[in-house]
Amino acid sequence: MTSNSSNPDLGIIKRKEMLDGAKATLPLIIGAIPFGIIFGTLAGPSGLSAWGALAMSIIVFAGSAQFISLGLLAAGAAIPVIIATTFVVNLRHILYAANLVPKVRHLPHRWRLMMAFGLTDETFAAVSNRFLLQDNTTHAHWFYLGSWLAMYSNWVFCTGLGIALGELFPDMTHWGLDFAMSVTFIGMVVPYLKSKPMWGAVIVSAAIAMATVGLPHKLGLMVAALCGISTGLSLHLLLKQRAVRESVHE
Amino acid sequence: MNEATLIFGMFLVTFSVRYILFAVAGKVRFPPWLTTGLNFVPPAVLTAIIVPALLIPQGELWLRVDNPWLLAGIFAALVSFWRRDLLTTIVAGMLFFMILRFGFNL
Repeated sequence: MTSNSSNPDLGIIKRKEMLDGAKATLPLIIGAIPFGIIFGTLAGPSGLSAWGALAMSIIVFAGSAQFISLGLLAAGAAIPVIIATTFVVNLRHILYAANLVPKVRHLPHRWRLMMAFGLTDETFAAVSNRFLLQDNTTHAHWFYLGSWLAMYSNWVFCTGLGIALGELFPDMTHWGLDFAMSVTFIGMVVPYLKSKPMWGAVIVSAAIAMATVGLPHKLGLMVAALCGISTGLSLHLLLKQRAVRESVHE
Repeated sequence: MNEATLIFGMFLVTFSVRYILFAVAGKVRFPPWLTTGLNFVPPAVLTAIIVPALLIPQGELWLRVDNPWLLAGIFAALVSFWRRDLLTTIVAGMLFFMILRFGFNL
């Protein structure tokens, strides 16, 4: 795609797309603000330095994985375990990419690099409406850029704010603010609960997580998740098979 | 340094997962069972984090009605079923938790 930045009309369109992208992400950013601040405040008590916390937000840029890494660090987990858990937790992003790729495969590589780096739950939620539900996506990658910039700058800023607040009020870590992570995740899980396989996955995952809580390096998290995923997948395949068999009998 | 290794490793796996499909730009297709399986990843992983965090908030099992983490977690789930909106769930859940913890000193 050739872009002509000397064309004023095109410049206006791009700027509008970026602004629209940032606007569409705004409600989700508001949800991410306490998340970022609490990540910053919990970093120190979990054993991550202030610079480490800031670097993690700048370089990794994955809210839930960062939160979980703090929990693992605090529990004394080994670095390879934390990295493996990060991988499992972030696997969901492959699904997001699979949805977007057909719309952006023609773009230059640098655009796709930016999109990959900025592919968070929030930006996917905001841009998928733009890319998948609206026509004329010629300049929609600028919309993505706007969404990513808004999300990213807010995340880094809130992390810094949290680190500062944590140092000013060391008591904050005893307020139970870690509940913010649980409540965010609850709000993310509930919309999935629409089918029997999904309920099965969640119930098995919860039970195994409690049963394996004593495992070293918090390995129980991965064991529980894998058991939950296999339960969901098995139930899904079983129910599908039964539906096929019933339709044959009719 | 340990922190640098940790952050670089986390970056590597996170970015790879996000980038792989953008890199090949749709030239590969997933088998259907894999796509279905991936659908179960977020709820399974998140649940495995949430449930111990609510039931063992301070180092030991706290399965009683005076556990504010558990009560506010159940409340947040109900709000989420009712409104299906992330921001409403977060705000309502946090408020409820704060009231229990500081209003009732639980």
